[in-house]
Parts: sequence; C-alpha cells; structure tokens
Amino acid sequence: MAGRFGWPARLAPRPGESPRDGGDGGDANENRAFGPNQRSTELPIVKLMDLSASFVVDRAGLDRLLGAMTARGYRTIGPVVRDGAVVQRQVSSTDELPQGWHDEQAPGHYRLHHDDDPSLFAWAVGPGSPKSEFYPARSLVWRASSADEVVTLEQPQEDSTPVALIGPRPCELAGLRVLDRVFAGGEVPDPHYRDRRASSFVVVAECGTPAGTCFCTSMGTGPGVADGVEVGYDLALTELKSSNEPQYLVRVGSERGAEVVEEMGGSPAAPADFAARDAVLDEAARRIERKLDASNVRQLLADNLGHPRWDDVASRCLACGNCTLVCPTCFCGGVSDATTVGGVVERHRQWNSCFDLAHSLVHTGPVRATTWSRYRQWLTHKLSTWHDQFGTSGCVGCGRCITWCPVGIDITAEVAAIAASDGAVPVYIESGGDRS
Amino acid sequence: MSTSTVVSRPTIAVWKFSSCDGCQLSLLDCEDELLGVVGAVQISEFKELTRTVVEGPYDVSFVEGSITTADDVERIRAIRQASSMLVTIGACATSGGIQALRNYADVGEFTTAVYAHPEYISTLAQSTGIADHVRVDFELRGCPIDRYQLLEVITATLSGRKPVIPGHTVCQQCKGRGTVCVMVAHGTPCLGPVTKTGCGALCPAVDRGCYGCFGPSDSANTSSLARQLIALGTSRVDVSRLFRTFNAGAPAFREESLRNDSPETGG
Ligand code: SF4
Ligand code: SF4
Repeated sequence: MAGRFGWPARLAPRPGESPRDGGDGGDANENRAFGPNQRSTELPIVKLMDLSASFVVDRAGLDRLLGAMTARGYRTIGPVVRDGAVVQRQVSSTDELPQGWHDEQAPGHYRLHHDDDPSLFAWAVGPGSPKSEFYPARSLVWRASSADEVVTLEQPQEDSTPVALIGPRPCELAGLRVLDRVFAGGEVPDPHYRDRRASSFVVVAECGTPAGTCFCTSMGTGPGVADGVEVGYDLALTELKSSNEPQYLVRVGSERGAEVVEEMGGSPAAPADFAARDAVLDEAARRIERKLDASNVRQLLADNLGHPRWDDVASRCLACGNCTLVCPTCFCGGVSDATTVGGVVERHRQWNSCFDLAHSLVHTGPVRATTWSRYRQWLTHKLSTWHDQFGTSGCVGCGRCITWCPVGIDITAEVAAIAASDGAVPVYIESGGDRS
Repeated sequence: MSTSTVVSRPTIAVWKFSSCDGCQLSLLDCEDELLGVVGAVQISEFKELTRTVVEGPYDVSFVEGSITTADDVERIRAIRQASSMLVTIGACATSGGIQALRNYADVGEFTTAVYAHPEYISTLAQSTGIADHVRVDFELRGCPIDRYQLLEVITATLSGRKPVIPGHTVCQQCKGRGTVCVMVAHGTPCLGPVTKTGCGALCPAVDRGCYGCFGPSDSANTSSLARQLIALGTSRVDVSRLFRTFNAGAPAFREESLRNDSPETGG
C-alpha cells in the first residue's frame, strides 16, 4: 500500500492498523543536533552558556549571516518591497532588502516612500507577519482514496526545511510567543506548527522607525527586545545610524545564535554602541503617539458588553475580515472536506475569520448573525477573554488591523471610546434579549 | 472494480436564458475533470456539448441567464417542475446580469433607439434572476462562474453532500494568497470588502480593484464602503457606477447604487 503523490508509505495505515494510529509522524520528532534536520518536540529552550557577548557588524556581516543560515540548510525569509508594500520573501542577499524605503501608515492607509537613506530597516511592519510561515493560509491535512475496495489514507509530507526569519520586529516576536501558547502550549499541541516553529531561527530587528499605527509601547512589546534567552530570539539586531553605512549591533539570545554570530565577522560591541542603541530606541518610543490603556482593558470590555459604541462600530465595519487575517496572533481556521469525481477525498485546513457569517454557524443558524456581535467578539477576545484562555493579551500593538482595515477602524480608538463612557447603555430597548 | 452492477447515473440538464453562454462554457473548460464528470452523469440536455436531447425529468438542472421575456417565465416554471434540484449559475441567473441595467431605465427607449422595427421586440421591463420566479436550491455566483466552484457543486451533489462554497469576502482570498491590498496601499477603489469570494481574487492580484463580479458577500456593508470610497476621492456618481455592473440587480448593490446615483443624493 505505497503512498501516492510522493508521500511516504509509512503514513498510510498498515494492515491491521486503524487509520488513526498511522499518522502521528512517529520517529520524525526525535531531537537532533542544531542543523537542517532538527525537529525538536519542544520549543527552543536554551541551556547554560555565556550569551553576553555582543558584536557590531556592517552590512557585509548581514550578508555573511544570510550565507551562514543558507549553508545550514535554512530557508531565509526576509523583508522585500513588492506591489507597494514591505512583504516577506525568501532572500539571499542584503541587496534584496528594502534599502531606503520608509512606510507611512494611518488608519486604512499605507504608502511607501523611497530616498537615498542607506538603512535597510527604516520602516515598521508590512501586511504580512511570521504567522503564515508556521500556520499557512491553506494546507492539506490528508487525502484518502479508494481503489479495489481498499481505502488509503495519506498525509502530506511536511516540508522539513527549517526557516530563518530575518528581521521580524519585536512586536512580531511577541506575536509568535502568543501563537506558541495557542498552538504549542496546550495539552494537545499542533504538530505542524510546533515542528516548524521549533526548528526556526529568529533574527529580530529592533525598531527605530515606528509607523503612525504602532502602539507596542502600550502593550509592552517594543520597540526594543530585552536581553535574555527567555525572550525567544536567536540574534537581535539594532540598526545604528552612522555618517555613512549603517552598523548593526548584534546581541545573542541562544546557543545557536552564538554559533552563527561567529561567522558574521564583527567586532566586539563597545559601550558607545549600546548608547547608540539606547538613542535609537528612545527616539522610536518617543515617536509612538498611539496609546491603548492596557491596564484595565480586560475588565473594561467585560463590563461593557452592551455599550452603544458597538452599534457605532458595526455601522462602519465591513465584516471583511482583513483585521483578523493581518493580525499576527489571530489563529481561527476551519477544515473542509472535498470529494472529486474520481473518488479522492481531501481535507484542507485554512484560515478563516470571526467576521464570517459561517464562522459561528451551528445547526440552527449562525450564533453571531450581526456584524455588531462579530466585532464585539473579536475585540473582547483579543483584549479581554484571551487572558482567560491563554494567560496573555491577544494584542501585541503592531497596528496592522488599523492600517489594513479598508475603512480605518482603529482598535485603540474603539477602546478609548468605550473607556470614555464606561458603563453606558444604548437608548433602544433590546427586543428579544441577546443582540446576536 | 470487481463488480459490474449497473448504477443509474443522475440526469443533468443545462439551460440557457438571457446570457452570453460563458458560464455553461465553464463546464467545458474543466478539461482535466470533464471526462470524469461526463462519465458520472447522464447528460439529458446541454446544447453547447451535444445535440442529443433526452426528455425529463432531470435530477439536476443548471440554469444560466436571466428572465427577460414572458416566454422565459413560462419556460423556467416548466424546467423547475421537471427538475429535482435546480442550481443557478452566474450573475445573470442569480441577479439579472449586466442586462439588469435596464431596470434603472425605460426599456422602451432602448428598443426604439436600437431596432429599426421595435414593434417586433417582445421583452419585459426588467431583467430578473431565476429565484424571483421559481424556487432555487443552490446559487453559484460570478461573471463568469468559477469552474472549480462548479465542479465542487457537481461533485458535492453526486456524493450527496453540501457544496463548500464560502460566502465571505474577496479580501480574505487576497490575504490568503498574499496580495497587497490595492485600496489601502494604492488608493484604488475596490469592491472586494463587500463582494463574495470565488474568483480567486484575480483583479487585485494584477493591481486592479475588484469589480464585484460575484455579487454581495454574506454581510455586505455597502454604505460604509461607499462612504470610504467617496472620502478617498471617488465621485458619488462613480460609486453608483461601481455598484451597477454585472450584479446591478443584486439587492445590496442596487440599493447602494441608487443611494449615490446623483451628486446630491446619498448618505
Ligand atoms: S489586534 Fe491589531 S494591533 Fe493587536 S496584534 Fe492584532 S493586528 Fe496587531
Ligand atoms: S474592523 Fe475593518 S478590517 Fe476588520 S472586519 Fe471590520 S471593516 Fe474589515
């Protein structure tokens, strides 16, 4: 019963074995040394090592980093400019990075500008996030076919090439750590997410040029990242402006990072380099004007489920779902089964959104029939019930939902409006109780 | 197969009303799957494919085109009576099509302007979708329909399951395929946020705004989008025109086009 479509036969159920026993991936998860085949069952946990050494490299050092990761078998995913936005693609040289590009962001508005600035990271965040590397928009879960009265169940072979993320921002790293709890933190981890994520290498790029929609300072996720192995990066870069070419302060956050940094060819960092980093981060923090009062938002929203602001936002919301799909932490998905005339059945998993009518569809109809109830569900989950469910906020303050909302609905403005009239109730008398 | 039982194959008919034939041709475009489909069903009526005509009743009728004549009204009733299941395909059949533009004007003026002998023209004042006349079991949207959605409806029907045809927006398909939003990043007017997905988000992928070929999404808030398009610099009349194309007769698009059809109106 060989697997078809190039998938390994061992994933097809063996004689006498129920299909359910056949697909756990078996020995694929044993720990191996750092390298392309690493498939650890745990998210990276770094052991004893002096990681305090930091270095300063120039752009050639970043190219050596790309080379070192490629040589280790990683797919290096970094920022590039495509179709008027900074997006993530496979990169092999710093020549492909967004040198001299700057983003202008406001509610429902994103534009890029270019100048002769030699900086590579003088922009904030684009529409994409690392979420899609570990949780793809659509993936095949299994395929079953029948021939000669024998049913064969096959699971696709995972692409085991590990990914090196080049330049995600501190808020995006925070977003990954939120997703880690969702997909890999519970009793039943998602094996696809867990394996992809565990083998990943993260080179976080601290933020010197936040955009108009950023509010990481309110959520405690940026513009810099702390020292320490628990933060979850392998290397942390800070782009330091200098009179000509920018320099990069490189801090080490893991043993794997310590191994790679040696190949970047930098010089040991001096106190002046740390002072330059402080200046970059102070300036970035100073430029962030948008605020969300995170201190009491969890209770505020829980106390205001009937607030008239929900009606107001529902009149503007398109229920298009963009906010959820650009959010680095929104994780909702669905599975759907499809048959072909040839008798092959496929199950796919794909992103979907709490703004879909079908998302809450049960046998008697949708639980959340109105946009009013869907927007409320999204915001209260993100900022309030996420704490109950996962022990953190679901929002890292990246501002994507504000920028990429076609009508510019602003999560910080909605919270502020509710806070400004805490406890208000709508003037209409609800007929039939629940406003679903 | 070890057995050779003769299983009766479901009978399928494909019907045309006021339309361009593009939707039914989508079935012939399913090159890789066509033979499988044809082998699994019995084609009773499909003029683009075969001259053979088998009398009804039919297990499934696919209906393309809108109702524009008194004869059409009679014919669709007869087809409904003869069909266990009736599936409408395309913008014409689901909302009256581009020809529903007549619904905003006087069709008599059109016939006089176009035909030398308008007295020979027998047509209704309005172009309407099939569901305005008979019960429809499933609607497949699009101008034209997407052939994979058509295949999904056929294979789902053959295996007795519900077709997986999402009702959400084009935006979600853009985000899924990684297309940068043309409205937010370029300022291009786009109907994607209120249009049902199904096309694969084709136009934004080539830097165009969505034209709304698949009609309103499940929860379309057209007036909020219209306000934003106007704020971004589209004139009110152009907003009206945007909503008045292939799905000019779909209620949500019709209402929004009427709200904006003169510079003074709207809200
Ligand atoms: S809710 Fe908005 S600001 Fe918060 S993490 Fe998601 S996209 Fe970013
Ligand atoms: S808040 Fe904005 S992006 Fe989110 S569903 Fe509503 S209109 Fe779309």
